[in-house]
Amino acid sequence: MSKIKLATVWLDGCSGCHMSFLDMDERLLELSSQFDLVYSPLVDFKVYPELVDVALVEGAISSVEDEHKIRHIRKHTTLLIAMGDCAVTGNVPAMRNPFGPLPILERAYHENASAQQQTPGRIVPALLDKVRPVHEFVGVDLYLPGCPPSADTFFSVLTDLLAGTIPNVTSLTRFGA
Amino acid sequence: MSPAVDVKTLVIDGVDVSARADQTVLEVARENNIFIPTLCHLDGLSDVGACRLCLVELKNSPKLFPACVLKVEEGMEVITKSDRLLHYRQTILELLFAERNHVCSVCVVNNHCELQSLAQSQGVTHVRLPYRNPQLPVDASHERFVADQNRCILCTRCVRVCDEIEGAHVWDVMGRGIDSLVITDLAQPWGESTCTRCGKCVNVCPTGALFDKSKVGSSHPKYPDFVPYLNMMREGR
Repeated sequence: MSKIKLATVWLDGCSGCHMSFLDMDERLLELSSQFDLVYSPLVDFKVYPELVDVALVEGAISSVEDEHKIRHIRKHTTLLIAMGDCAVTGNVPAMRNPFGPLPILERAYHENASAQQQTPGRIVPALLDKVRPVHEFVGVDLYLPGCPPSADTFFSVLTDLLAGTIPNVTSLTRFGA
Repeated sequence: MSPAVDVKTLVIDGVDVSARADQTVLEVARENNIFIPTLCHLDGLSDVGACRLCLVELKNSPKLFPACVLKVEEGMEVITKSDRLLHYRQTILELLFAERNHVCSVCVVNNHCELQSLAQSQGVTHVRLPYRNPQLPVDASHERFVADQNRCILCTRCVRVCDEIEGAHVWDVMGRGIDSLVITDLAQPWGESTCTRCGKCVNVCPTGALFDKSKVGSSHPKYPDFVPYLNMMREGR
């Protein structure tokens, strides 16, 4: 059997989900004989491959770049998994939604800056008006709530998926877990 | 001879059960270890049928009925679990999450929240509706407690415990529909209200909407079990 092509993606999240993924420790070695990590912040590939079997997406959609990326990823992925509360609910990044992006930028780059107060507008992508979960932009095949989902949750979910079964997520994790 | 008790027999999920005529379907189901999810109901407080999570089906009726305020009837056939009921219960929970700003990961009652654990037990993995993200006030004027409207689900347990158990009726509801807010006195700051500082509302609040200032992180278990105990001790006085 050929190995499954796995990708992990980091959008507007804290990377805690990726840390928790790595917390599988030696169990990762056990699983890794069954997949190739073809795109991830953990490896050095710069281009998202033409066809990925499973993508774990961490983070909410907060900027025009996030939106562009997630649409591209969806097109080139068979099973897209929203990994963690930011991808599933918006979570902490979405806490700016009641105020909008401008007061947040004002606070960070003017009120709290001691030198060169200026709002970044070049090179960095523009922020969307509202931070939204992944499924408000593209179809999601599996939701994995948790902040972050535990290493045990990752191991259980990946073991099930590699065996060709869909895991029962709510028996493993929940919002805020 | 003891006074005659009016006994009704009914069927819940295919199980024959008997009940006193003044009991609700929810009470009888729980006595028989049949789980019906609830949120606004709390043992020891009056029932208002507000959250609709306890909706059940009755055989020969197309309507759904809230079990917490549904009195038993002779020959009633109640169904507490079905795909239709699960669909409605999940939708209700999703509506609650979408309506205000619930961020479990940074909430003071993370892992002690009834909304959070119900989402898990009812199989809610995500919210299909767009989040409203309204701007809502946080009242930290009280010396001991905080009211965070972002996390309030308008179950009115605080209103009922303050009125029915504490006898102070400091809490009430202001506004209509989606703009409703729980308020202290006539929408005055909690710290300047006629609050007796008993803390009952904080302990019956199912979410992190009412919490104790001395609790930090996510270490805020709630202890609502005192309500039926107080009622029992007051009986016969």
